[in-house]
Amino acid sequence: MTRFMEDSLGWLNFGVFAASAVALLFIVLFVVCYLIYFERKFIGWMQYRVGPNRVGPFGLLQSIADVAKLLLKEDVIPKRADRDLFVLAPVLTFIPAFTVLAVIPYTEELYFTNLNVGVLYYIAVSGISIIGIVIAGWASNNSYSLLGAMRSGAQMISYEIPLVMSILGTVLISGSMNIRTIVIEQEGWFWNWNIFPQIIGFLVFMVAAVAELARTPFDLPEAENELVAGYHVEYTGFRFAFFMLSEYVYMIAMSGLATAIFLGGWHAPAPFLDFIPGIVWFLLKWAFCVFFLFWLRATMPRVRIDQLMTFGWRYLIPLSLVNIFLTAIIMQIVR
Amino acid sequence: MTVRTEELILNVGPQHPSTHGVLRLILHLDGEVITKAIPVIGYLHRGTEKLAENLNYTQIIPYTDRMDYVSAMTNNYVLCHTVETAMGIEVPERAEYIRVICMELQRIASHLVWWGTYLLDLGALSPFLYAFKDREDILNFFNELTGARMTYNYMRVGGVKWDVPDTWIERVKDFVQYMKKRVDEYEALVSGNEIFLNRVKGIGIIDAKTALDYGLSGPALRSAGVKWDLRRNEPYSIYDRFDFDIPVGKTGDCLDRYTVRIEEIRQSLRILEQALAQFPSDGEIMGKVPRVIRPPEGEVYVRIESPRGEIGCHLVSKGKQEPYRLKFRRPSFWNLQILSELLVGESMSNLIAILGGTDIILGEVDA
Repeated sequence: MTRFMEDSLGWLNFGVFAASAVALLFIVLFVVCYLIYFERKFIGWMQYRVGPNRVGPFGLLQSIADVAKLLLKEDVIPKRADRDLFVLAPVLTFIPAFTVLAVIPYTEELYFTNLNVGVLYYIAVSGISIIGIVIAGWASNNSYSLLGAMRSGAQMISYEIPLVMSILGTVLISGSMNIRTIVIEQEGWFWNWNIFPQIIGFLVFMVAAVAELARTPFDLPEAENELVAGYHVEYTGFRFAFFMLSEYVYMIAMSGLATAIFLGGWHAPAPFLDFIPGIVWFLLKWAFCVFFLFWLRATMPRVRIDQLMTFGWRYLIPLSLVNIFLTAIIMQIVR
Repeated sequence: MTVRTEELILNVGPQHPSTHGVLRLILHLDGEVITKAIPVIGYLHRGTEKLAENLNYTQIIPYTDRMDYVSAMTNNYVLCHTVETAMGIEVPERAEYIRVICMELQRIASHLVWWGTYLLDLGALSPFLYAFKDREDILNFFNELTGARMTYNYMRVGGVKWDVPDTWIERVKDFVQYMKKRVDEYEALVSGNEIFLNRVKGIGIIDAKTALDYGLSGPALRSAGVKWDLRRNEPYSIYDRFDFDIPVGKTGDCLDRYTVRIEEIRQSLRILEQALAQFPSDGEIMGKVPRVIRPPEGEVYVRIESPRGEIGCHLVSKGKQEPYRLKFRRPSFWNLQILSELLVGESMSNLIAILGGTDIILGEVDA
């Protein structure tokens, strides 16, 4: 990829990038299907169940069947909904989910852009999704979706701040906002990974990331026991699938970001294990992050919205500020 | 420019995942804060009491199964016991033991359903399935005994319909030991969870006076600190033979209602242990009952402790085969009344915690 990136823009490298972007799109769709499958399987096992096992061998085609069902469903738009916004909202949520994938470096060679403000780009673009969610809640003209959307808005804006600030420590260490540079800086033994010098940052990041993804225990926007389904209560068929899809793509992206920034990306935990290709290490660490999210979902009850806000503003943000401060001081002393 | 704010009217139910059936609540919301809550009931009304007026007593028993369908055994018992009291029928000892074992197993099953669904309401998925797995064992015991999993139609005036199958008692004994460990596991899994505690502590507080004023009973009353359990205060059947404690709460919040119920499972296991140990090896399962059941003219009211509270049966007989009037005091209905007072000033999330904590069964509310 580096070779194509350094060339000036021409038909050849444009074509290569377009083709690999389409390939990534399909890979991501495939991964999402099987993420859902594994989520259901894992959680099933944790709950004495077997999980999906009817469609295809071991239920492997279950997600495909679900997607097909959603595609074939009637597209219902409520009569009193704001039609244009209703149609726009899923798209607005879905596009940023895919565009953030561009800055994740999968291996040293495999990445889609070498953006020098990669961290900033990720945060900024993923912030657009919230607008889609709030619009969805508003346009549905339904009390439940409105409440869900308001919760989402409040939650995601509040948790974006600690999320950004928890990353800042690593930015200070590596002196770059380029995610690829951050990963390169973590080369060597596993204690060079940012998770160890930045343990506070990592913890804050994980909590904020779970909240940002609206996963249990922070799944308030769609708290099905309170708000039925939250902001997408009126959505059916493929529009609903878009919301689901963007949620899972964000899960992929966020786990990728955590892997790259805190867990050393494609680096092996020890230099003598370097003969195993970087993509394997990346995928292993990424899978661990994803599994962590599943695990939480099977274990935790849900917090209340006011407790969530208090926790974010009163504990996470000060904690991440302290982390930046400490990092800066230690960096000065060490240097 | 002035900003106009509007009250949001939210219709919760009858089709809502957390109203435990077909309860409907009309909520007036200011933001997420409830300013007024109006419960609407009756979606599951089947007219049990009216139907009973045209049925003979044995025919009424299956109708009681369907009132509190999570705890059919206690419902069976309250009707049979009322008729037995009215007619002065002696129930053989073996039958009494079978009844107590069934009722206590049922209490555990019912509390397990509550435990699972309550945590499901609070957003934890797994406890629901753990609880239902253990409840399944109990339902299998009942299935073996009665041929049904939920609507047993098992007890009869004067005794029970079927004797226990071979080795049933031994297997229940094993289950009791197993369940004891499970309750500890449940506590370890949930009771100390910080998120869970934050959700239920200090929420939906009922003080003892309010609880008594509203006629609450069962765990809702005991959590408010009132030590009142009909098994102890007005012993029926053979409950005076067993040694057990009555757990009470201190503050009357949702957490107390939770701990009281968990503790009640333990106490039920204690009763079961004793009852199974004392179980008579042989004997009759039906007392001497006249061929046609005709309670003498008069009125009788009998109340017992169901998992949800005091379930009472008021029978007015004119000496006929059918009751002249049969009235059930359904604890869920009484416990539900306090809801609209409790909800004012709470948020939407607390609504779920409070409603779940009350443990209502809509089949019983609407009868």
